Amino acid sequence: MTTRIFGSGIRRREDPRLITGKATYTDDIKLPGMVYAAILRSPHAHARIRSIDTSAAAAAPGVLAVYTGADVEGVLKPIPCAWVVPNSDVKQVAYPAIAKDVVRYVGDAVAVVVAEDRYQAEDALELISVDYEVLPAVINPEAALGPNAPQLHADAPKNQAFHWVASGGNVDDAFKSAEVVVKDTIVQQKLIPNAMEPRSAVASWLAPMGELTIWNSTQNPHIVRFITCLVTGVPEHKIRIIAPEVGGGFGSKIAVYPWEMIVAFCAMKLGLPVKWTETRTENYVATTHGRDHIERVELAATRSGKITGLRATVYAGMGAYLSTAGPGIPTILHGLMYSGPYAIPNIRADVYGVFTNSTPVEAYRGAGRPEATFLLERMIDLLAVQLNLDPVEVRRRNLIPKFDNGYDVAIGLKYDSGDYQKALDTALTHTSYNRLRQEQQQLRQHGKYMGIGVVCYCEICGLGPSQVAGAVGFGGGLWESAIVRFYATGKVNVFVGTSPHGQGEETTFAQIIADELGVPVDDVEVVHGDTDLTPMGWGTYGSRTTVVGGAAVALSARKIREKGRLLAAHLLEAAEADVEYADGKFFVRGSPDKSKTIQDIALMANVAWNMPQGMEPGLEATTFYDPPNFTFPFGTHIAVVIVDPDNGHIDLTKYVAVDDCGRQINPMVVEGQIHGGVVQGVGQALWEGAVYDQNGQLLTGSMLDYALPRAHLLPDVETLSTTTPSPHNPLGVKGIGETGTIASTPAVYNAVIDALRHLGVTGLEMPLTPEKVWRAIHQQG
Amino acid sequence: MFAAKFEYYKVNSVAEALQTLRAHNGAKLMAGGHSLIPLLKLRLARPAALVDISGILDLQGISVDDTTVHIGPLTTHQTIAASEAVARVCPLMAEVAGEIGDPQVRNRGTIGGNVSHADPASDWPTALTALNAQFVIQGTGALHRRVTRTVAAADFFTGALSTSLGEHEILTEIQVPVMNTAQHSAYAKMAHPATFFSVVSAAVVISMSGNRCTQASVVLGGLAPKPVRAASVEEALIGQDLTADNIAAAAAQVSNDLAGEVMGDIYASAEYRRAVAPVEVKHAIYHAAGLAHS
Ligand SMILES: Cc1cc2nc3c(=O)[nH]c(=O)nc-3n(C[C@H](O)[C@H](O)[C@H](O)COP(=O)(O)OP(=O)(O)OC[C@H]3O[C@@H](n4cnc5c(N)ncnc54)[C@H](O)[C@@H]3O)c2cc1C
Repeated sequence: MTTRIFGSGIRRREDPRLITGKATYTDDIKLPGMVYAAILRSPHAHARIRSIDTSAAAAAPGVLAVYTGADVEGVLKPIPCAWVVPNSDVKQVAYPAIAKDVVRYVGDAVAVVVAEDRYQAEDALELISVDYEVLPAVINPEAALGPNAPQLHADAPKNQAFHWVASGGNVDDAFKSAEVVVKDTIVQQKLIPNAMEPRSAVASWLAPMGELTIWNSTQNPHIVRFITCLVTGVPEHKIRIIAPEVGGGFGSKIAVYPWEMIVAFCAMKLGLPVKWTETRTENYVATTHGRDHIERVELAATRSGKITGLRATVYAGMGAYLSTAGPGIPTILHGLMYSGPYAIPNIRADVYGVFTNSTPVEAYRGAGRPEATFLLERMIDLLAVQLNLDPVEVRRRNLIPKFDNGYDVAIGLKYDSGDYQKALDTALTHTSYNRLRQEQQQLRQHGKYMGIGVVCYCEICGLGPSQVAGAVGFGGGLWESAIVRFYATGKVNVFVGTSPHGQGEETTFAQIIADELGVPVDDVEVVHGDTDLTPMGWGTYGSRTTVVGGAAVALSARKIREKGRLLAAHLLEAAEADVEYADGKFFVRGSPDKSKTIQDIALMANVAWNMPQGMEPGLEATTFYDPPNFTFPFGTHIAVVIVDPDNGHIDLTKYVAVDDCGRQINPMVVEGQIHGGVVQGVGQALWEGAVYDQNGQLLTGSMLDYALPRAHLLPDVETLSTTTPSPHNPLGVKGIGETGTIASTPAVYNAVIDALRHLGVTGLEMPLTPEKVWRAIHQQG
Repeated sequence: MFAAKFEYYKVNSVAEALQTLRAHNGAKLMAGGHSLIPLLKLRLARPAALVDISGILDLQGISVDDTTVHIGPLTTHQTIAASEAVARVCPLMAEVAGEIGDPQVRNRGTIGGNVSHADPASDWPTALTALNAQFVIQGTGALHRRVTRTVAAADFFTGALSTSLGEHEILTEIQVPVMNTAQHSAYAKMAHPATFFSVVSAAVVISMSGNRCTQASVVLGGLAPKPVRAASVEEALIGQDLTADNIAAAAAQVSNDLAGEVMGDIYASAEYRRAVAPVEVKHAIYHAAGLAHS
């Protein structure tokens, strides 16, 4: 073979069904006799339930049942949190599927109606009367920790969900002897993930067999199975979770929610299949949010711009309850990344997880690393201003020099490989950075405000070694498995435990197999998302699917190759040591005519008419792959903006992304991931943000007010790459699913602040609306 | 996001629509449904019946005579944006139509639904006020006789989400004077990033003799419950050469016209909207006069 399929930008095989509307999502599932659930949600952010009267709803046309918190109590166990970060006193407060006495956020479930059709269920919701005693609410995580804040949970004093500290070096000394210290308060506003497909579940209970099947819009069906078992009491081997087509997740489909447990409860009670699909309005309050930090940060440095210390106190909103992975996000995935791509000898992260009367907070694309990158890149820009240095120069003076195999940062992680300087140089060259700076000067003289934002990042993904998962309190492993099954007809199925939902692994995993086994890529089909069909896996998040799951796929293929080689030696009557493999063929060394194609071998292995002594029939291999370390992709992003001083309008005119995710299996898929990620991160900088009023009502409760990025407001995202393979990954790959989001928020933010640098503006709260920018320019408070 | 129960009638003529409205108390007309259906889904509107007028052929399309552009209320924003006739005789309308929402909104939403809904953040009320449009309305009079009345833009829009349309009336035509060759126009808007509805907008129609402004119609949208005619700006423009200084001075006059209520929300405060109103006015005048921007 001359062109390799690994590394070629073939089109995603997922796309035709997605863009022609032929994909089957959970809401498309229709089962005989299926009925519909609708959930009554609290209109108050905090209230005591005095009484509930469901009689009118129960008597409404088509209604089969109405259940409240009292009905599920004792039947459904509380929803567990699965990431109990150690040494941080995590308060695992009760998280009931349906609230019984107190509701703690707008969206908390109060009752569920099951009816013959969806409209009947929705109509009946209006007939339930709930008598609430409204209680004061708190939304701001720092305020929630304060002395006079309303208390959410009796067993979490001061609303403190946990307190986690991580440090390396000696931070206090670094600050005592610092020549320069810059300080800032950074607000990471709460974000609403907005996956295109809202969440949905269909549950079916086969009472005679005691079998529960749930079709579920999830990123991790096996984790859903595990937690469903804990909550419902149905044993794990009797539960089947199917994730059909999943229309985006971005972290919001990691959590195992009360809602699918409620649906399972209804199905088991009624003996009928039950479907629930949230509306978009419901999605805004009932599906997890992201970010929500208030960070007080200090950076110590020498006068020449060498960073000597970083410390931050972070108040991380958890929402009203601890979501499945909630506590791990602002701690392990955030505080441990404070060194970024820089050599910072002394670091301390002090993170308070705080309960607030709002929708629970989970991973959101990047999960902790966007916040860490923003924090660091913000502080470095402030340092540059303070020292009157170019922001690129400050970065250059602190970047970790190139390394191929392991670098220990002060806070305890071992990065795998990096060439940060090269990524920076690539971005600077491509943008003609010096010329951009000159242009900026000229425009300023004409009263035009141009800004340039530069971000160097390094992130942690490919989660991760299971031993580390255990050590950091993750309630499961983080290995992956893959079964590769080669059929007699020469076709191959790959069954994986990961659960891609838009990332493109049906294509890239097929490319791995095609490359490893020398078969046409169209002869490979990837199967995922069904716990009865696929081997165990821990799901798709943390940019781990290709890194960890892909490694399992490759290793299984290599096992097949080796078995095939032995079988070929037998059939070619050659010594095993003399038989080699290349490009889908086994041949005797030195006589390439004496060969067998891998398809010949697959046929023989499957019929098993002539096998070597002791060799099992079949051509199939399973690998359980536990990675030895995380992977650490990196890069440099540069954004250019023009700010209109008259009205504060921001025009993002240029965006350049240089990313290094190691070896690329499919550059087009990589580029797509970067584009999507960048756009989502720009959304945080410029447009998005969950705004609540004092009573905890979500004011940005629909897409009319919550502004998602729109194509016509964005420039071309120019993507470039460098290639620094991960030394420990069998494919040399690193993750690419989140880098865009990680880098683009601070790149655009820094560009806007840079545009205003000559006015003495040092910071603004996101999203950077024209009004905020205008006020900064006109100093109107 | 699921509407409460309603009855649905699809009608084929204005007469049938009027009759159906009369027969069902609290019935609502539906054109493109783009403003109405979201309200139904949120159960903020709960009409007993919907009268779907989208199939009434008489209410669709554009015709132009010597003096007037006649627009059927069911004409979509996209049809107006793409109309060569409109671009020729009333370019402001083509410009405004092309800037509404996004392609889906423009393909679905109608000009009649837009003005009847009278959202203060929508674009047609502002533009049609600047163009001195007339609104033809049909209703039912004594003895069930059909009556037609014509209302000027200034009287049609009465407040936020409110017009002079009666409960049992239908808007049947919008009439816009054809622009003459001395007239120039432009629309400037600061758009909300979520929807592209206007936060602050300005519609400007000016007549020029050489570089001198001889007539001006300047109307602001987005910031008040209904379109605001910027009479002070008009006055300051008329008789002046359109130099950068004169334009800036005239635009600054807009604060005089904003003495009444200015709305604010979580995206943009009233104070900010007031402050940027002159900026949008200035942009629009520049574009109308064909001047390069400072
Ligand atoms: C996402 C989004 C973005 C948008 N962006 C913009 C924007 O940038 N600028 C802008 O101007 N608009 C915008 N709109 C509004 C859009 O133009 C609407 O479609 C329009 O306002 C309503 O037109 P419709 O035909 O859908 O009316 P409908 O929703 O069918 O009706 C609206 C109201 O008008 C009444 N009505 C309709 N026709 C008549 C009639 N002939 N006589 C009497 N009453 C009638 C109805 O009873 C109803 O009360 C946006 C809408 C959406 C959803």
